[in-house]
Amino acid sequence: MTVDVSQFHQVFFEESLEHLANMESALLQLEGGGNDPEVVNVIFRGAHSIKGGGATFGFQAVAEFTHLVETLLERIRSAKTVITPDIIAMLLESVDVLREMIGALQAGTEIDVTRSAALQQRLTNMLAQAGEGLADSPAGAQVVSASESVDDAGWRIQFRPHRHFFRTGNDPYRILRELADLGHLEVKADISALPSFLDMDPEECYLAWNLVLNGKISRAEIDEAFAWVEGDCDLIIEPLATPIQAASTKTTAEVRRADEKPASLMAERRAGQDRRAEGESIRVSIEKIDTIINMVGELVITQSMLSEVGAMVHGLNDTALENLRDGLAQLERNTRELQEGVMRIRMLPISFAFSRFPRLVHDLSSKLGKKVELKLSGEQTELDKTVMEKIGDPLVHLVRNALDHGIEAPEVRRSQGKPEVGQIHLEACHQGGNIVIEVSDDGAGLNRERIAAKARERGLLAEGVEPDEERILDLIFDPGFSTAESVSDVSGRGVGMDVVRRNIRDLGGNVEVSSQPGQGSRFTIRLPLTLAILDGQLVRVGDQVYVAPLVSIVESLQVRAERINAVAGRGEVYRLREEYIPIMDLRRMFGIDTANSTLSGSLLVVVEGEGKKLGLVVDDLLGQQQVVIKSLETNFRPVACISGATILGDGTVALILDAGQLVNAACGNAAYEDSASDKVTAAA
Amino acid sequence: MSTLNAMQNDIGLGVAVNADQYLTFMLAGEEYGVDILRVQEIKGWGKVTPIPGTPEYVRGVMNLRGTIVPILDLRKRFCMDQIDYGPTTVVIVLRVECEGRDRIMGIVVDAVSDVYAVPMEELRPSPDFGGNVHVEFVRGLATVDEKMVIILNIDKLLNADDLEAVSDAE
Repeated sequence: MTVDVSQFHQVFFEESLEHLANMESALLQLEGGGNDPEVVNVIFRGAHSIKGGGATFGFQAVAEFTHLVETLLERIRSAKTVITPDIIAMLLESVDVLREMIGALQAGTEIDVTRSAALQQRLTNMLAQAGEGLADSPAGAQVVSASESVDDAGWRIQFRPHRHFFRTGNDPYRILRELADLGHLEVKADISALPSFLDMDPEECYLAWNLVLNGKISRAEIDEAFAWVEGDCDLIIEPLATPIQAASTKTTAEVRRADEKPASLMAERRAGQDRRAEGESIRVSIEKIDTIINMVGELVITQSMLSEVGAMVHGLNDTALENLRDGLAQLERNTRELQEGVMRIRMLPISFAFSRFPRLVHDLSSKLGKKVELKLSGEQTELDKTVMEKIGDPLVHLVRNALDHGIEAPEVRRSQGKPEVGQIHLEACHQGGNIVIEVSDDGAGLNRERIAAKARERGLLAEGVEPDEERILDLIFDPGFSTAESVSDVSGRGVGMDVVRRNIRDLGGNVEVSSQPGQGSRFTIRLPLTLAILDGQLVRVGDQVYVAPLVSIVESLQVRAERINAVAGRGEVYRLREEYIPIMDLRRMFGIDTANSTLSGSLLVVVEGEGKKLGLVVDDLLGQQQVVIKSLETNFRPVACISGATILGDGTVALILDAGQLVNAACGNAAYEDSASDKVTAAA
Repeated sequence: MSTLNAMQNDIGLGVAVNADQYLTFMLAGEEYGVDILRVQEIKGWGKVTPIPGTPEYVRGVMNLRGTIVPILDLRKRFCMDQIDYGPTTVVIVLRVECEGRDRIMGIVVDAVSDVYAVPMEELRPSPDFGGNVHVEFVRGLATVDEKMVIILNIDKLLNADDLEAVSDAE
């Protein structure tokens, strides 16, 4: 029976990427000047796991490359090689190469060997210089440690796995195969411990092996083959030489182990415990979690229905009624807590999104010749995984911009009396039901004159108009706007800030900028914690209730008929203070019969979408509440101007308005308007 | 499906071998049938939330234990005369297969009628009535107790992506 290992490939890829991320952050930590052996161990463990997995699944390129990295790390770990910035740069590059390799494997494409081969060569050279003799195996990967004893004749190995060996996920065959790669291997299985068939537990290991390995092989190589199973087996390794020599070698080997292994072993164990203490985790598919979230959403609705009924009940005797209400109150608390708890399952600390920045800043600042210190705070702030995935790219844009445009070159900074090292600060915190992420720098700040000049040049701003502060800063989010004087590959392609704003708006959030010339700029991103729940304002249109997302509402006011003007007999605009904003009568738009068909006496809800404002005429404002977003597409199809639906406390369905689409429908986006009005006529 | 039916036969539901069971309902005096395995539940007419920008026969959406389910009026779908919804008016909630996945949809009909077993070979193809009748929604005609039952192809009838195309044809 063969097991199809390809089913585990995905897990290997994911784990390897996690290991690489850990290695990367640990390397950056080392770069900061630390020489903590535990940090080196983290890197080593990562490399070791990737190598082991790579070899197990037959990804030779990965295994061979990681082997070199691991050899270098082993030297660092045993203090034979001193860490230099060069080495760290090389290791960081190795992480990149491995990430590319795994990416290629994941995508099923060919691994691009040019970069890895070049780096492999450099690593090999470095190791050779450092005195690591290289065996001339074709891969160039088998490294023989010069300081370890090499025995020409070979080794005799007694390998006796403990009973629970298989449960640790180890495969003796893999070890034997690895040994067989080293030289001529004679294997004799010792089946003396094998019980009778009836007593045998197929999950236990009863076998032991006596091995004779012939060839010029170092002890370290053998140790390495067994490195994974240390502690899970009895192992006796002795050279195939004269008994006296053997005894002495064995002693020296043991002595060496005594003074070098325990330290690293202890460290490894300690790290293992630390890791466990940090929180054990399991992998669960998002689908399962979403099912639970949905079910809890139903529970909340049912609970609020019950509460409403509970409030209406009369005629029971007092005690019973009181008990019922107590029970309902208890139910409400419990459901609320359950809902929060379930929502938290999808939440991840934002450090997952922040973790890529130390590396990015490190690479970019050296490329740009700037000195930058990155400060991260609030990394433990949690937010929904979906939001996290989508906020990464906008954040990268902002940090790149801060580095490229914000922070000045060291000379400039010095001449302005600022410290040479610029600061970029990434900060996250919770505020109400939102997460706020701030990206700030102490660089030059936004140059208002240049922005205004550029905007005029691009026709974004009319000549002679002196825009106010807010408007100028807002211009940088305009599509096709970029003030970088030279287009670098860092930023300045003019596709930065508008994409940032759009992505953030798509998530139901917004982004603001404030800036002081010479002091720096600050971008503030406000996002909902989750995409599954929305803070909504309930509005009444005729006999229907709609939900307007609170985040897109600017203000609400009473309609005054004299302020309404029609432009070209088509669109209607409303004079709101100094501004004319288009208005849309939702009753007409949605074809709803209503007693009050005039605009006076109605309410105007001003929403903002796609950067434009729109007044929505509604009959009444009802309450504000958190609603669970449900898709209309699951059983139906997308509907224009509606982003989804929700279930209200009384069990009826309310539709959620899509501010962006409504604005598009109102503001002359012909495609939207035509299709929308067609549908309304069809419905009417 | 035939194995399932065969199993049902074995456990004594008393229907002929290789016969599909159909739930029938009344619509303007005619009896229509849908595959009973697609019927999720039958419920009374309740309030629905209309969806703007959809054809008239889409009455709106309903909350079915937390699922948002679109409700279609079959009389309007077939361009028949409207009647007021009465006490026998029901919503038949159906599982529709569409683009390889299931959707849940409801149809409003005058009344539910009966359950019949109709052997596959007794289904007669529907004659062509010309352009006015949407015959593509009819899987076939069956005769039960001298009455004609129109067996509907609900996957075609309720395919959400076709909803607009049909409205254009009206």
